[in-house]
Amino acid sequence: MKKATLDALLRMKADDRAAVLITRLSDGAQALISDRPDQEAASGELTLTEALADRAAAAMRADRCSTAEIDGERYFLHVHSPALTLALVGAVHIAQALVPIARIAGYGVTVIDPRRSFASAERFPDVALSNDWPDEALDGMRLTRRTAIVTLTHDPKLDDPALDRALRSEAFYIAALGSRRTHALRRERLQALGHDDSAIDRIHGPAGLPIGAVSPAEIAISVMAEMTDVLRGGTARPSATAAGAAG
Amino acid sequence: MADEDDILSIGAAWRAEGRDIALATVIDTWGSSPRPAGSRLVVDRNGAMQGSVSGGCIEGAVVQEALEVIEDGKPRQLEFGVSNEQAWDVGLACGGTVRVFVERVE
Repeated sequence: MKKATLDALLRMKADDRAAVLITRLSDGAQALISDRPDQEAASGELTLTEALADRAAAAMRADRCSTAEIDGERYFLHVHSPALTLALVGAVHIAQALVPIARIAGYGVTVIDPRRSFASAERFPDVALSNDWPDEALDGMRLTRRTAIVTLTHDPKLDDPALDRALRSEAFYIAALGSRRTHALRRERLQALGHDDSAIDRIHGPAGLPIGAVSPAEIAISVMAEMTDVLRGGTARPSATAAGAAG
Repeated sequence: MADEDDILSIGAAWRAEGRDIALATVIDTWGSSPRPAGSRLVVDRNGAMQGSVSGGCIEGAVVQEALEVIEDGKPRQLEFGVSNEQAWDVGLACGGTVRVFVERVE
């Protein structure tokens, strides 16, 4: 690998961009493409054919490293996706358990709660904290298709503005704590804010897989498990009528 | 715990210090392999390493190959069949096969 290729790859990652490093396995020749080819042309010593570029773009969409054989040559398509981020709305007890779990799983976590007694550095050491109102806090963040947004306050005053912004984003996972009855009422309020049913269906409510979670830590695990299931295309999610994990 | 991004950053930092390094990357797996395609290991000339391409069973062999790649600059593919018998020897009963690409960072 050329030093310039390594540096370019690290720059793309620092800019939160998706990239595919293409390596011809017979001789190690490489090319690097990003998700914004208009802004930075493909670089590297490997000449990109249309077939190769198509395969690389498909690997990027699938977020999966793979090998490809084209015209008798084998290539490795190394997908580098932007960082995973998690916005937690509600600096509650469950958030205290979910923050370390999400960080171990590789998420950059931000905790949002305008109530300073909740979102305090003492309760959440070494985590990005915001005391802004949830919609303003989310407006100040970069919400990508690698972002998860989870509301934990049980308070529509705080949860609804966050969910409103979440539904306007590409976030791959949106979840709200609360019972099914609470969720039905939430649905009506979000409709009043102009979101249609199919948009509101993006919200996982009640949040989490139904693993019988009771304690804050167990509920955090059920939410983390569901987030992982959605991210990785797992099959653990219950049908829409089954009960969630947390009330 | 260093994730895949950190491995690249560590490699760049080592390179900036003037250390000769090689990158090993899992490119194919069959059966139950502990690390998926894309997993990386960075190695320097003295055999220092960060990251992983398996659960610890083939890293030693990969480092040896990486030292040769650092020497001659020729990238190569390595294939490891992790038989259960071997796996017992190194404490990982995983089975499966992995193919690893090793390249020098110029």
